[in-house]
Amino acid sequence: MALLEATNVHGGYGGMNILNGVNMTIDQSDIGVIVGPNGAGKSTMLKAIFGLLHVNEGSILLRGEEITNAEPTVLVGKKMAFVPQEKNIFPSLSVQENLEMGAFSRKDDFAHMLDQVYSFFPPLADKRNQPAGELSGGQRQMVAMGRALMIEPSLLLLDEPTAGLSPLYMAEIFERIITINKAGVGILMVEQHAKQALQIASKGFVLAAGQNRFTDTGENLLNDPEVAKAFLGG
Amino acid sequence: MNELVFFLNNVVISGLVIGSIYALGAVGITLIFSILRFAHFAHADMMTLGAFFAFFLTAMFPAVGPAIGLPTAFVMLPIAMALTAVTAIYLDKGFYKPLRKHNVKPIVIVMASLGVTLMLQGLIRMFMGTSARSMYIDDRKDIYRIDLPFELASRPLVITDPQILLFVVLIVSVISLHLFLTRTRLGKAMRAMSDNPDLARVSGINTDTVVKVTWVIAGCLAAAAGTMLSLDVTLKPDLSFHLLLPIFAAAIVGGVGHPYGALAGGFVIGFAETLSVFNWAVLLRPFRDYLWFDLPSSLAIVPTEFKITVPFFILLAILVWRPTGLFKGKVL
Ligand SMILES: Nc1ncnc2c1ncn2[C@@H]1O[C@H](COP(=O)(O)OP(=O)(O)OP(=O)(O)O)[C@@H](O)[C@H]1O
Ligand SMILES: [Mg+2]
Repeated sequence: MALLEATNVHGGYGGMNILNGVNMTIDQSDIGVIVGPNGAGKSTMLKAIFGLLHVNEGSILLRGEEITNAEPTVLVGKKMAFVPQEKNIFPSLSVQENLEMGAFSRKDDFAHMLDQVYSFFPPLADKRNQPAGELSGGQRQMVAMGRALMIEPSLLLLDEPTAGLSPLYMAEIFERIITINKAGVGILMVEQHAKQALQIASKGFVLAAGQNRFTDTGENLLNDPEVAKAFLGG
Repeated sequence: MNELVFFLNNVVISGLVIGSIYALGAVGITLIFSILRFAHFAHADMMTLGAFFAFFLTAMFPAVGPAIGLPTAFVMLPIAMALTAVTAIYLDKGFYKPLRKHNVKPIVIVMASLGVTLMLQGLIRMFMGTSARSMYIDDRKDIYRIDLPFELASRPLVITDPQILLFVVLIVSVISLHLFLTRTRLGKAMRAMSDNPDLARVSGINTDTVVKVTWVIAGCLAAAAGTMLSLDVTLKPDLSFHLLLPIFAAAIVGGVGHPYGALAGGFVIGFAETLSVFNWAVLLRPFRDYLWFDLPSSLAIVPTEFKITVPFFILLAILVWRPTGLFKGKVL
């Protein structure tokens, strides 16, 4: 059974629909990458999956269970985590407190996850008592991902995890995402760096005007001349 | 020397007393603002309400205090705080939460809190009348006169029992609040929600619980301030009228959203008030022979009746010159 199955999703911010029938299926082993022009509805789709936006039509299933329009608190309980595109840290809280907030829903001891996040993102270990708002852009992105990992998610939604990062940093973040995925976490992420992201994608979704334009493996999309011409800059 | 004692009594001790009251109120306003993003105008009435709860309890069990050796109203304070906290939660449930659900603009909730102010004032007058009442029923206020060990100081420092208890309450409140915000899971969640409410929701923080905790803290602090002030002076139904402007000024001076700023702001406003109504002629009297002008018998910056204008002018000044407050808070 698929980890996440979104079928014919329609939804918007109250007024007109932004999503006009999006379909996405992600397995536990997948890294799914959503690409597409600005304003295509990529972020909106992730928000719809995470219950931050009303879905008017269609359905979203997590391991076959209906989660359409479920509250984020409920989804976190089902081991789904989301890293938004912007404002994805608590700036005045320390790095460690940011991570603790990720684990807010956990009633068990999560100290081992703190250690794991610090060994996964070594730059954070030295800055654990520093306010997260004082970190560099790349380090903030690490805090944001670390916060999401604290629940040991089975599905991780990432909105542009490499936005504004240097190519070197970007490669490093992708490396981390592959590691997380290999540890058994299904990944669905939006990426502006379409070519590089599709290289690590097992599934790719090209979104435009709130609809799937192309859906295939990352490799096939990269090699599709039509996709290349219209969406990957030639 | 006696002039200095006069200054200590009328400026330092009075400033500390009223500053503590303002601080307790302003911290609540700042916390409510940082979690719920609206200016809670009914806050001063929650202070009055807390004092009335303490008064009721004192009237019901007047013998408790004398048995322990503390003012009865002070012994009843924890219960009054709990009652005020519960009232605050229900006021939120009844009046503010439905508006939040509809995603109204903050100004609409501010207006609702003005409505709650009028309602609470009406209710309090309905049950208690309009006269001033003493919080001491079967006991009486202890006043300490501390003689200073100086030859020239024939007048004593004067401090009352409720004033000392007020300082104790303030210190305990501030330390507990600090520990709560920095050490506990819910306290950190409160700071997180103040920082980034959307991310708090995404992280699975139970925002309803955080809102409730905020009302509990604000309600408890308000009840403590109202009760301690009424113990020291008297309990009047129009208490809130005199408190509203100063506590808002204190919260804004400190930087809205900043609990420690609100604390500092409370004392800034408190001391500004006592300094400006202080009769400076008393301090200058020993030097009258050296002055180039005739010393009038009364020389205050602001006449006592106009004390309420002091926080108002400080508020205006801070909004013009430093709208984020001393501690860089959010702009209201
Ligand atoms: N909070 C909001 N309220 C109303 N409309 C919104 C909101 N957020 C986004 N939109 C609209 O939804 C559409 C899709 O936005 P979305 O953020 O999903 O685009 P995107 O594909 O993520 O673009 P980008 O690559 O720039 O991040 C846009 O037309 C935008 O104006
Ligand atoms: Mg986006």
